[in-house]
Amino acid sequence: MSAAPGRAASGPAGPVLDVDALLDDRSTSVLVCCGSGGVGKTTTAAALAVRAAERGRRVVVLTIDPARRLAQSLGLAELDNTPRRVEDVGAAAGGSLDAMMLDMKRTFDDVVEAHASPERARAIFDNPFYEAMSSSFSGTSEYMAMEKLGQLRARASVPGGDGSEPWDLVVVDTPPSRSALDFLDAPRRLSSFLDGRFIRLLLAPARAGGRAYVRVLSGAVSSVTGALSRILGAQFLDDLQSFVTGLDAVFGGFRDRAERTYAMLAGPGTAFLVVATPDEDALREAAYFVERLGADGMPLAGLVLNRVQTTALPRLSAERSWAAVVHLEGRTADDEEDGTAPEALSRGEHALAAGLLRLHAARMFRLEREQELAARFGREHPDVAVAQVPARPRDVHDLEGLRAVGVDLGGAA
Amino acid sequence: MSSAPDAAPDTGDRRGDGREGPPLLFPGTRLHVVTGKGGTGKTTTAAALALALSRGGRRVLLCEVEDRQGVARLFGLPPLPYEERTIAATPGGGEVVALAIEPRAALLEYLDLFYKLGRAGRALDRVGAIDFATTVAPGVRDVLLTGKVYEAVRRRGRGRGAEREHAYDAVVLDAPPTGRIGRFLNVNSEVSGIARVGPVATQAESVMRVMRSAAARVHLVTLLEEMPVQETVDGVAELEAARLPVGAVVVDQVRSDTLPLELLDDALAGRVPASAVRDGLVEARVVRRDASGAGVVEGLLAEAAEHDERLALQDREQEALVATGRPLVELPLLPGGVDARGLEVLADRLVEQGLA
Repeated sequence: MSAAPGRAASGPAGPVLDVDALLDDRSTSVLVCCGSGGVGKTTTAAALAVRAAERGRRVVVLTIDPARRLAQSLGLAELDNTPRRVEDVGAAAGGSLDAMMLDMKRTFDDVVEAHASPERARAIFDNPFYEAMSSSFSGTSEYMAMEKLGQLRARASVPGGDGSEPWDLVVVDTPPSRSALDFLDAPRRLSSFLDGRFIRLLLAPARAGGRAYVRVLSGAVSSVTGALSRILGAQFLDDLQSFVTGLDAVFGGFRDRAERTYAMLAGPGTAFLVVATPDEDALREAAYFVERLGADGMPLAGLVLNRVQTTALPRLSAERSWAAVVHLEGRTADDEEDGTAPEALSRGEHALAAGLLRLHAARMFRLEREQELAARFGREHPDVAVAQVPARPRDVHDLEGLRAVGVDLGGAA
Repeated sequence: MSSAPDAAPDTGDRRGDGREGPPLLFPGTRLHVVTGKGGTGKTTTAAALALALSRGGRRVLLCEVEDRQGVARLFGLPPLPYEERTIAATPGGGEVVALAIEPRAALLEYLDLFYKLGRAGRALDRVGAIDFATTVAPGVRDVLLTGKVYEAVRRRGRGRGAEREHAYDAVVLDAPPTGRIGRFLNVNSEVSGIARVGPVATQAESVMRVMRSAAARVHLVTLLEEMPVQETVDGVAELEAARLPVGAVVVDQVRSDTLPLELLDDALAGRVPASAVRDGLVEARVVRRDASGAGVVEGLLAEAAEHDERLALQDREQEALVATGRPLVELPLLPGGVDARGLEVLADRLVEQGLA
């Protein structure tokens, strides 16, 4: 263990992620933060964006579902689906920050409107399946995040009134997916859905316009649709058929664009950061992300490990502190080893010392366990660079907090 | 809670379920739906609740619907099939049976059960209709998932006629997270737009009758942190607006005070001389008698100050939860992570606080 003075977070033996170098590298133009839910992904994305802007980058950050107060601190009180300038960030260094919150439904509406005639768009919006699909189709939010990313990326290089490009770095937060890389799979999932045999069967009459081969298909179609009608009701199929027919026209362009975005993600200029916390579930998810990104040939910059337990006294181990508590309180070492039993509050002569040691023991117990888990991750993924961000006693919900997280991120190297 | 109506006629049965222990918060509940923000310990709480409910010789079904195999992982088992399987035996002859409900399999089973669609079902599967129905129409998927749970709640086992006992004394559902729970449970309104008539619509109505009855309760798991608490408060409001019965708010990973608060206050306010702490540390042989020990004292006080700040934050979040008007049930933070023994500790706490 490191004997460094001060707040040492001694990490896994693996390589350390140099976040500042990543942010300063002008060839980095897209930064994607991914990870399972509840690991601080949005905060990490926002903190990276603030830090990059204050190091001179012109940044736009796309957040998915920020905590209310964090959103407010970024000037995102309203969800209007367009980037807004965050004042007082980066100007001194020649940088700037725009921020936006993804409105999934609105993004979907925009895409439909952009690709369909007004009448057709109206028909799609009025279909009951549209409501279901635009608000809760598994993968819709991932898909829309990709769509928005593509839009931001396209706008980034369009010169504004003063002739300069609005952004040179897009930072993206990703939706808390049930299965880890839904946002990578979303384009393919929609494609395979639209190209699937079932959809082709449903669309056959419309596409073929009543030509002869429909009759060949109709046997299979009617047995399938007949069964579905019995279960779901006939009107279900009618609505579905008109919905799919309507979307079919829209999705050609949609799919092309999603494929371009996917290719852009895999290309130079993009860096992925996997975000996790040092607990078993989050690290298992992180390992899956790392492997999946590797399998897809996506450029992984490293792992951000959030909320890492730190200590001012790394050399005073859990075991030793607990032994000291036991000594002061005259209890046996077999009692609750984790030092959290509430009934065990001491009141004796050295109650304060014992209490402080008890707190430290509990902290070290967690810290040692976290280090074990981080070290295991490091052994299994020796090439993945890691940046550790210490746990803070309070939530981050203002620019100052984001700057402090940025310092921790950048200062890791 | 002490004035909870005593439904059972036999005296001494304060819980109303024939077992001994503190009075139940929600007597008569047979379906416990457990939701919460991701990462708050939803699956752990559901598993501990199932274990607690199975004590005293009762049979409990623990369902999961998210395809995450969280239950298997928690119990250290290989992935669970779509099949009811005993995963834990509890003292007194009770057992916990687990079931990972998979929408595709549930739809095929459903088709077979109600329509004898053996071959046509497979044909549907081949052309991708099953995948379609279970992924594109989320309302349909949710009806299938909740429908299976509903069937388990109502299933009868031994005996005959109305005398037959329920196959399960209780069913615990590890449900989707708070952000989706309203839509997930409110299947009726979800499918009414796309399937107004037909068996799916009928099934949705039956499911809603159980979901809205006193036999069902939705518990929300949270941590004492800003985001999860906000989501919990929003979730309670959403469920109440949908007329779904909200149960308890389960506060997970509660850090307990490990030193008397007044002492901590004194120390942090500088009312205790550093030498007093140092003397204790020397006595405990953490600081050598000839060393100043100032660094250690300072370090310990800094850690205590951080702890104090976190407790203050927790208090504020706790107030927001109290304001929901729902009973709060607390589970301790297990610093070593959750293992089999940890689950039993959590189950003990749930029984002590009347959730099981």
